[in-house]
Amino acid sequence: MLIQAIAFYFFAAIVIASAVMVVMARNPVHSVLWLILAFFNAAGLMVLLGAEFIAMLLVIVYVGAVAVLFLFVVMMLDIDFAAMRAGFSRNAPLGLLIAAVLLAELLLGFGAYNAGGLTLGTPDGTAMQAADTSNIEALGALLYGRYIILFEIAGIILLVAMIGAIVLTFQPPKPGARARQDVGKQIRRRPEEATVMKSPEVGQGIEL
Amino acid sequence: MDFAASFALVLPELVLTGAGLALLLVAAWGGDKAARMVAIAAAAALFAAGILIVPGLHLGTDGPASLAFGGLLKVDSYALFAKALIYLAAIAALVIAPSFFASPAAGTERGMRAEYPVLILFSSVGMGLMVSANDFMSLYLGLELTSLSSYVLAAILRRDTRSGEAGLKYFVLGALASGILLYGISLLYGFTGGTAFEAVRAGLTGQMGTGALFGVIFVLSGLAFKISAVPFHMWTPDVYEGAPTPVTAFFATAPKVAAVGLTARVVFEVFGGQVGAWQQIVMFMALASIVFGALGAIGQENLKRLLAYSSINNIGFILLGLAVANADGASAMLVYLFIYVAMSIGCFAALLMLRDEEGNLYETFTDIRGLSVTRPAIAWALLIFMFSLAGIPPLLGFYAKFVIFQATIEAGLVAFGAIAIAASVIGAFYYIKFVKVMFFDEPVGVVTGKSEASHWTLLFLTAAIVSPLGYLLTPSLTDLADRAAASLFLAV
Repeated sequence: MLIQAIAFYFFAAIVIASAVMVVMARNPVHSVLWLILAFFNAAGLMVLLGAEFIAMLLVIVYVGAVAVLFLFVVMMLDIDFAAMRAGFSRNAPLGLLIAAVLLAELLLGFGAYNAGGLTLGTPDGTAMQAADTSNIEALGALLYGRYIILFEIAGIILLVAMIGAIVLTFQPPKPGARARQDVGKQIRRRPEEATVMKSPEVGQGIEL
Repeated sequence: MDFAASFALVLPELVLTGAGLALLLVAAWGGDKAARMVAIAAAAALFAAGILIVPGLHLGTDGPASLAFGGLLKVDSYALFAKALIYLAAIAALVIAPSFFASPAAGTERGMRAEYPVLILFSSVGMGLMVSANDFMSLYLGLELTSLSSYVLAAILRRDTRSGEAGLKYFVLGALASGILLYGISLLYGFTGGTAFEAVRAGLTGQMGTGALFGVIFVLSGLAFKISAVPFHMWTPDVYEGAPTPVTAFFATAPKVAAVGLTARVVFEVFGGQVGAWQQIVMFMALASIVFGALGAIGQENLKRLLAYSSINNIGFILLGLAVANADGASAMLVYLFIYVAMSIGCFAALLMLRDEEGNLYETFTDIRGLSVTRPAIAWALLIFMFSLAGIPPLLGFYAKFVIFQATIEAGLVAFGAIAIAASVIGAFYYIKFVKVMFFDEPVGVVTGKSEASHWTLLFLTAAIVSPLGYLLTPSLTDLADRAAASLFLAV
């Protein structure tokens, strides 16, 4: 128990500290790096809860994709973060109000939960997790077993979205204007063919 | 769960998906030059899928044998009836497309995109899932697959601003409707503890709470958007006008059948224990659609807008059959759907054959003046469709309206039936105006352009179905519709 408690406070403290640093850091790139640290520690908290699937999802999706995307956006786009932060004190009351609303909702949710939750899931209990499986195994068994057809349809929906994006935006290259890359030709090129040695007189300049 | 049996039940979807994936590769490598070949192959795949459902349709599949994937899908007689209609309508949308996209009417982008048939195929997969959904999750995924393909199809002429506008409008409003539907589903899930139709039905017994009632209303609103019933119809005229005409023909038929089929299944199988909760809503939507569809069409100059209002009006009659809330009403609704699809395909096929000498499509009332002199065959075909849509005997449109009114009046809803009959008289005005303009006005312009044999075949077939010859079909059609409707009420 002690080790669990220590691990929990360790992860939780780092999450909170790095979350604060995300907001406080002057350099936006540093903000994103702090955010990644926060994600990693949140994943640690999930492992402590026994939700290893969500932990892996956090690392793969949030750290691997979303945070890297943020990093790209921050580094590629010319956003004046100092100007964005200038309104902080002006907007602070609004932010506090939203925070208070969220807190109230959380408390309300916990109150309702304590009053007795609904039993969700399939009524015949076929979607219940077997006692001795890890949750990755249980999720996999559901996704690729009971819900295989829905999983496949979801895949086709994504495919249709991709077809749609390409159909509506792809510009076919104009005939003739196409720049073709011939790798073999590029490799066969020798320095002797490509360069010319000249020894101009002093003051004669170069020949173009 | 028996996977082999489940996959055997969704074999038509597997065929369509496989064909879609293979043709996507052909489209990617062959480019738009391969479009015609892809369209033919796609139509063949739809035909094959149609053949696959014939035995089930003939013998009738119901009960536990029709459940696939542990009750996620239910491939019963009802689903098969709807699927047969959907595949026929999708084939029609493929047949009329190539010559439209090859003409100057398609704007600067000559020739059909090879992705058009592929999107129609994936859309058909989605529609097949919609009508066989037996769980809110499969319902939503089927709906999204259909909608997503439809958004792209509406905007497929990307250099045409009207097509782009139609696509964007459809996308934004469709996303909103999906959100509303999803919110309704989440409320129902929260209050009943399940997403399967039987689970939600079991949770909705007795006195319904406010939250669950909100769920019912939100789900019905989301579905009403998809079938463009009043008051969720605003997008229809704009999208129908802006989308390329073959796509409009597709929207007016196949997705409508799927969405109506889905709505009927949801109200009977999920809300079946709470008829009082939804009957008023559906009845209101039905009457409002009939009245608004009839009144809105009167001032229209554009023929595609006119047909959009006409489809709203027809959806009203279909919903009237639904609002009766018994097997007779559901059967009448299915018969009406079949006849409506035949009339719509015929109208759009005829419209696509009207071109000026440069090949531009004729789309307004001014253009079709005196059509009976310039193109008598098309004018007479349109006359049959218009009189049929107006419900004038002896055409089959009269029979469609007749079975709906019969079901309404036998259920004791005489007042509602009377309102609907009165409104259909108003609706007859613009259908007859269409005929008057074609037959009694002075001809203007030249209607030329040779039409393809495929268009003539389609026009001839639909005209034959709608003509009094169609009554030969009615006994077997009624038989199929009765069986399909009965399978909806098995769970009750």
